[in-house]
Amino acid sequence: MNNQVHPEERIVITGIGLTAPNGNNLKEFRENLLAGKSGVQKFETRYVGEVLAGICDFNVLKYQKKKELRRGTRVGSVSIYCCREAFNDSGIDLESIDRSRVGVYLGVTEHGNVETENEIYNISKYDYDTKYWSHHHNPRTVANNPAGEVTLNMKITGPHYTIGAACAAGNMGVIQGLQMLRLGEVDFALAGGVSESIHTFGIFASFKSEGALAEHQDPAKASRPFDKNRNGIVCSEGGCVYVLERLSDALKREAKIYGEIVGYATNSDAFDFILPEPGRQAECIRLALKKAGLKPSDINILNAHATATQLGDIQECKAIRDVFGEEEAVWINNTKSFIGHTMGAAGTLELSGNLPAFEDGLVHQTLNLDELDPECYLKNIVSGQPKQLDRVDYIMNNSFGMFGINSVLIVKRYEN
Amino acid sequence: MTREEVRQAVVDILEDIAPDEDVSSIKDEVTLREQMDLDSMDFLDIVMELRKRFNIEVPESDYQELVSMASCIQYLQPLLKDHQLAS
Repeated sequence: MNNQVHPEERIVITGIGLTAPNGNNLKEFRENLLAGKSGVQKFETRYVGEVLAGICDFNVLKYQKKKELRRGTRVGSVSIYCCREAFNDSGIDLESIDRSRVGVYLGVTEHGNVETENEIYNISKYDYDTKYWSHHHNPRTVANNPAGEVTLNMKITGPHYTIGAACAAGNMGVIQGLQMLRLGEVDFALAGGVSESIHTFGIFASFKSEGALAEHQDPAKASRPFDKNRNGIVCSEGGCVYVLERLSDALKREAKIYGEIVGYATNSDAFDFILPEPGRQAECIRLALKKAGLKPSDINILNAHATATQLGDIQECKAIRDVFGEEEAVWINNTKSFIGHTMGAAGTLELSGNLPAFEDGLVHQTLNLDELDPECYLKNIVSGQPKQLDRVDYIMNNSFGMFGINSVLIVKRYEN
Repeated sequence: MTREEVRQAVVDILEDIAPDEDVSSIKDEVTLREQMDLDSMDFLDIVMELRKRFNIEVPESDYQELVSMASCIQYLQPLLKDHQLAS
């Protein structure tokens, strides 16, 4: 156990736990991505009515008792599931380590809306008399709730908090975990992002008012990033958490290593509440490449953010063209086309769907790309079916959010 | 409500609050905390459910009346005399 600062220490992913609308572990998720299987369904919401959403069906009782479910939040359940799965996957015995040296760093786009909407609905049935307002409301809505529920469930006594970074939050959780390991604050980081946002009606109503909520007769076809006929976002819930460790520690215990985080960056557009700015997005991508000591052509798979809004997709493509131009070697895909927008979970979940490419060389396709919007032209978007590459060494994920928060992660194949 | 109905009303509430536990084996004379995993937030849930289901208020000064099933029944029966148990 090592309190010293390790500024140059290499940081690796040694465990993955996830729940996506089309899979509750990496194997299932990856199989469904390669098979072109969407996770979007019809979903009934309060006041807004029927919408489309990505809904997760992980076993909520696998790691929690019914009472914990009753007292906690949906995103708490997602977080506990993902963290427990990640730890199990890593092979670390939770009972035998010093749990004060485990940190929980979870990115979220929002927290508290679900519970607040539920409580207001609840007291509406009692003429808005606030004596019917739940005493559970405060612990359910504090912003650290998702990470806090993990520490209660896993008896972790190291630091825990959530990071609010809109749709860049998943990557931010990973960046924070990496930084804390290098600072010697912890020895294991449970890092990633989570979301329960489909259980608010407000997110659907707000995107609808914005004219940015996807509609389609066939739910599986509704999320259409880059496509000429895209018409907005499919909101989804989900979670993905990594166990991150310092490489020296991972090697000592002969851990399985999914990949090494060699580059990352985050910056801000300083432009608009909602509209993205491609210049700053390109800058963020360049910063990540610089940190990794790479040039654009080194990237084998670029997993794009693209949420299927009219303008957002166009702006990201401008940024990507600016950095990558007509690079032959870079293959681009998009995971939101399968699972919708998992909000806080998006960065890590979408990156995870690509990590198995280090072993099988496959770039999963972009679903629903029937006719590329000319303004979204990119060289080498994979669509139709997966693309087989000889070798994948570097995978990049873009995640951009409201208020122009940008984040980029670059993961390298690990070889001993 | 009869004594048995009051008991059932409390059991119904406990079943919702402690869904993992076997409420059929609750001993009336033993404190609830000795035989079930209940904390102070759970007791506030009992008070809230009594309010929601039967529109009765349990003031904070009376909370110790809820410490066992027997004391619950003794305390609640007069308050619930004009109520009916939901089927």
